Amino acid sequence: QPVAVEVLDHLEQLALVDFRDAEGVERLRKAIQFADQLHEVNTDGVEPMDSVLEDRCLYLREDDVTEGNCANELLKNAREKVEEYFVAPPGNIPLPKLEERETFLQGS
Amino acid sequence: LAPWVPVVGLEIHAQISSNSKLFSGSQVQFAAPPNSLVSFFDASLPGTLPVLNRRCVEAAVMTGLALNCSINKKSLFDRKHYFYADLPAGYQITQQRVPIAVNGSLSYSLCIDNKMSQMVTKTVRIKQIQLEQDSGKSLHDDRRSQTLVDLNRAGVGLMEVVMEPDLCCGEEAAAAVRELQLILQTLGSSQAVMAEGQLRVDANVSVHHPGEPYGVRTEVKNINSIRFLAKAVDYEIQRQIEELENGGTILNETRAFDSKLGCTVPMRDKEGKQDYRFMPEPNLPPLILYDAKSLPANMNHQQVVNIDWIHERLPDLPSVKRAKLVEQYGILPEHSFALLNEDGLTEFFENVVKQTQMKPKKVIGWILNVLLSYLKQHSLTVKESPVSSFMMADLLNLLERKEISSTAAKQVLAELWKGEGKTPLEIVKEKKLELIQDQKELEQICQAVIDGQENEVIMMVLG
Repeated sequence: QPVAVEVLDHLEQLALVDFRDAEGVERLRKAIQFADQLHEVNTDGVEPMDSVLEDRCLYLREDDVTEGNCANELLKNAREKVEEYFVAPPGNIPLPKLEERETFLQGS
Repeated sequence: LAPWVPVVGLEIHAQISSNSKLFSGSQVQFAAPPNSLVSFFDASLPGTLPVLNRRCVEAAVMTGLALNCSINKKSLFDRKHYFYADLPAGYQITQQRVPIAVNGSLSYSLCIDNKMSQMVTKTVRIKQIQLEQDSGKSLHDDRRSQTLVDLNRAGVGLMEVVMEPDLCCGEEAAAAVRELQLILQTLGSSQAVMAEGQLRVDANVSVHHPGEPYGVRTEVKNINSIRFLAKAVDYEIQRQIEELENGGTILNETRAFDSKLGCTVPMRDKEGKQDYRFMPEPNLPPLILYDAKSLPANMNHQQVVNIDWIHERLPDLPSVKRAKLVEQYGILPEHSFALLNEDGLTEFFENVVKQTQMKPKKVIGWILNVLLSYLKQHSLTVKESPVSSFMMADLLNLLERKEISSTAAKQVLAELWKGEGKTPLEIVKEKKLELIQDQKELEQICQAVIDGQENEVIMMVLG
């Protein structure tokens, strides 16, 4: 079952992925098909597991200050900075609408 | 015209009072050099992992218990995804599915008709309390068309308190938030100072006709004080009513409160409806809390959060403190509200009572009507008062022993306020404010007055 163009467009906007070409979209479809196999298992009356860590103990840390004070190191990664601030564009630049952007999906 | 029923639901974010952040060991502090309180995890550098701070868990449990919630012995962490420059990971770790506390209530009081003498108690239901990360701060530089990002706040622990839409107006919203603020400050789980961003309130507002379904709601943000909260909510209710009565519709949008204009304005469109793509946080197992019964035998106590242990150590909440003040000192309920409403005032009052012979019922008048208005006039906190509780007690003793009159006492207080270091007695002597107690002396004075006004006396005697 192919994935609808609207859904692909929505995913591209939300996750900022670029399905790039037919192969990329096909890979997505195969991944969904693979995951759908889970529906074949009867899970009536079974608590869902959402983490393989469910039996592990969640380690609790003491409330001590042990890190920070490394502005210089962190700012080394920044393409642009002003004094000790990271510089970002004025707001989110929304992905242009499907019709307006160069995406493989346009042709679909 | 059919009446309108306003519906107000609040979402409150309280910054947890802790030394370090929710999932990392960088410091929590207001106003520090930009990006100096940021760890590799806070900056979302690859390969870093969240490690939960026990103090934050305890703060949330305390708050949940104080708000009569059920504490979930097992709660889960989730990722809430959205893109913004001050959220370096691209997601916030929160508790969307199973939060740490649910189904509580908050009682608060309102004055009827602005008369302090008639107070009514109301309740708002608490839907849930969840632990989550704060984001960094964005400073918008419109001139250079850029945003400066400071991640000092990124990762600080928050308790989000979600209330059911049980409130109906600005006054209720303000009273409920004020009471929550006092509770948080009493517990110490948050300092809850709105001006420093430690307590942030968003209001969801809608109106409908009785019997009809709820109307479309708007979300109002950017409310920076309790006073503005009341204004913002009332403005938005009015705006919606007017819009609907004029045949318009309400958009499900986010609006910002403009405190200068006293109105709400649409916020920049946040890219339409948000899809947060919630998913379980894969790096954190479920958070398990224990109580006296379920406490495991051989566990390291540092790894255990015991709900019962925390419950036993909860301090007296504001409502209990007020009841105790009323019972112990015979003051009125509205007096107790006024005492708790001002930081340090209860302590001051109690110290004065300890040191004076004047009855608490009389002392309270001097504290609330005289001292408090002086403090307000000069914009001082109780701690900054130039008149100490000792001096106040001293003054009230002079009054109680009838050595001075009430009027004289007020004059002395005005002098004391100058903070020149004189004692009340010194001022009384200096200004000759002593009441004359001697009967003979009083007779002499009266006689002298009569003697000096012979004509007037004759007129009076003749009728």
